[in-house]
Amino acid sequence: MTALLELRNIWVEYGDKIVLERLSLELAERSFVAVVGPSGAGKSTFLRLVLGQEAPTRGQLLLDGKVMRAECGPDRGVVFQRYSVFPHLTALGNVMFGMECAQAPFTARLFGAQRRAARETAIEMLAAVGLEHNLDVYPAQMSGGMQQRLAIAQALVKHPRILLLDEPFGALDPGIRLDMHALITRLWAEHGLTIVMVTHDIGEAFKLGTRVLAFDKRRHDPHAPHRFGATVTYDLPLDRKTATLPDAPATDLSHGDPA
Amino acid sequence: MRLVDIRPRRGARLVLGALPIFALLIVYLVASEARHLDNPADKLLPTFSAMADAIRAFTTDRDPNTDRILIVGDTLASLYRLGIGLAIATVTALVLGLLLGVMPLARAILGPTIAVVAVIPPVAVLPILFILLGLDEASKIALIAIGIAPFMTRDLTNFVAGLPAEQFTKAQTLGANSWQLAIRVALPQLMPRLIDALRLSMGPAWVFLITAEAVAADVGLGYRIFLVRRYFAMDIILPYVAWISLLAIAADALLLFLSRRGFPWAHGAGR
Repeated sequence: MTALLELRNIWVEYGDKIVLERLSLELAERSFVAVVGPSGAGKSTFLRLVLGQEAPTRGQLLLDGKVMRAECGPDRGVVFQRYSVFPHLTALGNVMFGMECAQAPFTARLFGAQRRAARETAIEMLAAVGLEHNLDVYPAQMSGGMQQRLAIAQALVKHPRILLLDEPFGALDPGIRLDMHALITRLWAEHGLTIVMVTHDIGEAFKLGTRVLAFDKRRHDPHAPHRFGATVTYDLPLDRKTATLPDAPATDLSHGDPA
Repeated sequence: MRLVDIRPRRGARLVLGALPIFALLIVYLVASEARHLDNPADKLLPTFSAMADAIRAFTTDRDPNTDRILIVGDTLASLYRLGIGLAIATVTALVLGLLLGVMPLARAILGPTIAVVAVIPPVAVLPILFILLGLDEASKIALIAIGIAPFMTRDLTNFVAGLPAEQFTKAQTLGANSWQLAIRVALPQLMPRLIDALRLSMGPAWVFLITAEAVAADVGLGYRIFLVRRYFAMDIILPYVAWISLLAIAADALLLFLSRRGFPWAHGAGR
């Protein structure tokens, strides 16, 4: 497998506060990478790096072998825990937004045949996430789970090289969360996605991921906690996992190689 | 049951809400009656029949200058000034609010200037406007626009800047450029807020209108009440004030209707 995304000796510093240090990683295409770690261990910073919202202080990010610019673009889709969808657009409007931006640079609106084609694509995408009966509904009228389904459909319609999920199911009921796990696993397999998911839920990470990255600080100075940054402390490939039967975390730990 | 838990139903609310208004009317009637017993020529609290006579007069008499019925001419003149002033302020606030809200760079350049302009008491610049623009319509319209545009601009700027950053990030990952972000993400969400800001600005706008008309005008609602003040014509002033309030309530209701109709997603429910 080729490395889709490569991080080469990344450091992120804010002033004299070091957030990430010596981070080197290769993410394979079609992998489902789950990122766990305590609060303040740089999970969100890592996500913003990959998203392009933030540039590393030192080091390089390579996407498909090319140096990635620190800028958000359609090759990296994202679903946040909240506020991922536009409240002023219907479900259909939310999904069509990405296509409208690409095809109509000035008006960002489509007309006639182009609009019908975009509408068809959007409806297909909404059907894939189970929202085919809610095309004209505004996000405010949707449940949290439906809003996240919509956010996923909205991102997938752009066929991103990497889909980033920032605690996407953290605000959902346990039952709904299980449904969403099934949905994202199915979409991942069907669309051949590469997913990076940040989560607080370790069970979720091991259930969904083909690889679990644990972020933490390797060194700690109690008098100057900001002087050491976090990095990947455990990198656990879950290659033996089948789609239906997630391994117990304990088994995986024995096969993982603590970096 | 605790006092704070008593929630009147719709019918009861209407009755309860009407009670103070009735009470005020009765107090006025009693006070007016008492003063007229004392002095039949009292002008301070005119009787309702005296006001009815005054209303009949200013809805049938014509202004010798414009040959319009008095209140019609006054209302049209005032609404014209108010309308143009509000339109200028609204367009200015919309453009600047969107620009400053979406672009931190524009906010850094123009934000302080707008903050300074916003703290200048508008009526204090009225003499300047009269000197620069003359005593005609332009100075009155300018006072209204200058009076409310800075407030509206700041309100809209803060609103756009306060939209969740996730939305802008998401839009960028969907391929939106700066222009598309502004017109497809920020602008539509700004519109209901613009109407809200306009509704809040209506009060000050009326103040500036009536102030300008009181100082220099020959027609208009504010001009009329300040003119007849010289004759202690409370029988004209009170109906005029009631008419102005009615216009203000109607304008507010119209704006609320437009907002609900045009932006259902901003009012909780869908279509």
